[in-house]
Amino acid sequence: MTKLSYINGLPLVLLLSGMSTPAFAGSEDVVVENAWSRASIGVNRPGAAYMTVRNTGEDTVTLTGLTTPLAVMPQIHETKTNADGVSSMAPADEITIEPGQSVALEPGGLHAMLMKLQNPMIEGETFPLTLTFSDGGEVTVEVPILGIAARGPES
Amino acid sequence: MQRRHVVQYGAAGVGAVALMLGVGWWRVDGPGAPKPAGQRPLPLSAMDFRLTDHEGNEVGPETLIGRPTMVFFGFTYCPDVCPTTLSDISGWLEDLGDDAARMNVVFITVDPERDTVEAMAEYVGYFHPAIRGWTGPANQVARAAEGFRASYERVPTEGGDYTMNHTASVFLFDAKGELVTMIDYHEPREFAVPKIRRALTEDVEGAT
Repeated sequence: MTKLSYINGLPLVLLLSGMSTPAFAGSEDVVVENAWSRASIGVNRPGAAYMTVRNTGEDTVTLTGLTTPLAVMPQIHETKTNADGVSSMAPADEITIEPGQSVALEPGGLHAMLMKLQNPMIEGETFPLTLTFSDGGEVTVEVPILGIAARGPES
Repeated sequence: MQRRHVVQYGAAGVGAVALMLGVGWWRVDGPGAPKPAGQRPLPLSAMDFRLTDHEGNEVGPETLIGRPTMVFFGFTYCPDVCPTTLSDISGWLEDLGDDAARMNVVFITVDPERDTVEAMAEYVGYFHPAIRGWTGPANQVARAAEGFRASYERVPTEGGDYTMNHTASVFLFDAKGELVTMIDYHEPREFAVPKIRRALTEDVEGAT
């Protein structure tokens, strides 16, 4: 997907943080909070972004994927650490969020893995990240880029 | 009434015993059990490998003996666990204050193909200045990991790249090079600094 077609295909309203179009069953009640990411060194290494995805509505929602002009291959990945202390990372299954519940994308667990960066992630800047849901709805959030050694949304 | 109390106390007692048995199982046979001797890292003095630090100095296990040591395996193309652990380590070192200067803190790459000396130098520069980055030929990285009983594995990702599965525990050694303890990745982070202080005091008391 080129950057141009991405922008053409996206209603302008989606560029506003935390908003979505109202014609969908559930995803219009999704709120994304505390989004943050770490700066990258160049574009060869994958980036990661974190956030809390809250379902404030009355319908179950299923997060199915991500898009962003920043990376060619953004995916939700999950880090797992086994009893021997070995960590591995793999694409996560679809993430279902019940009404009133939230899912945390946080270090060492679920995260938005940003593969094939188009641009370096520079501390102090932000980038738009769109979450897509099974009902066809989308939620776009502006993700702040913090330092490489950041530990959370406040640091 | 009296009798009901007895029953209640009895139930509580059974519950307490069950809990103790559960805790005992966890620590002896369960996931909390000490690792078998074969899986414990060797003393540093029994290890043998030659690597290069991020400033180009030749280093090996003997470089670490004489000061308490903290070692972590990872790779700089790691988007989640490695920056998180290095940030945690940086935070622990800040908590230790001046004591941090009495320790060796080493990040050993499991991905020497991409993690050159220059890549390690740039990467560790973003974290606490006490952290050293070590890399080297693949066979020497393998020998280092073997000594620490750390494991790693190259895993292809979609799109032709690869990632590394690897041991994410932090190893703590005393100044004589004996293993003191490990900080596991999923362990509550507030346990870490007391464990590091233990590695530092074993240095002073010479007790292992």
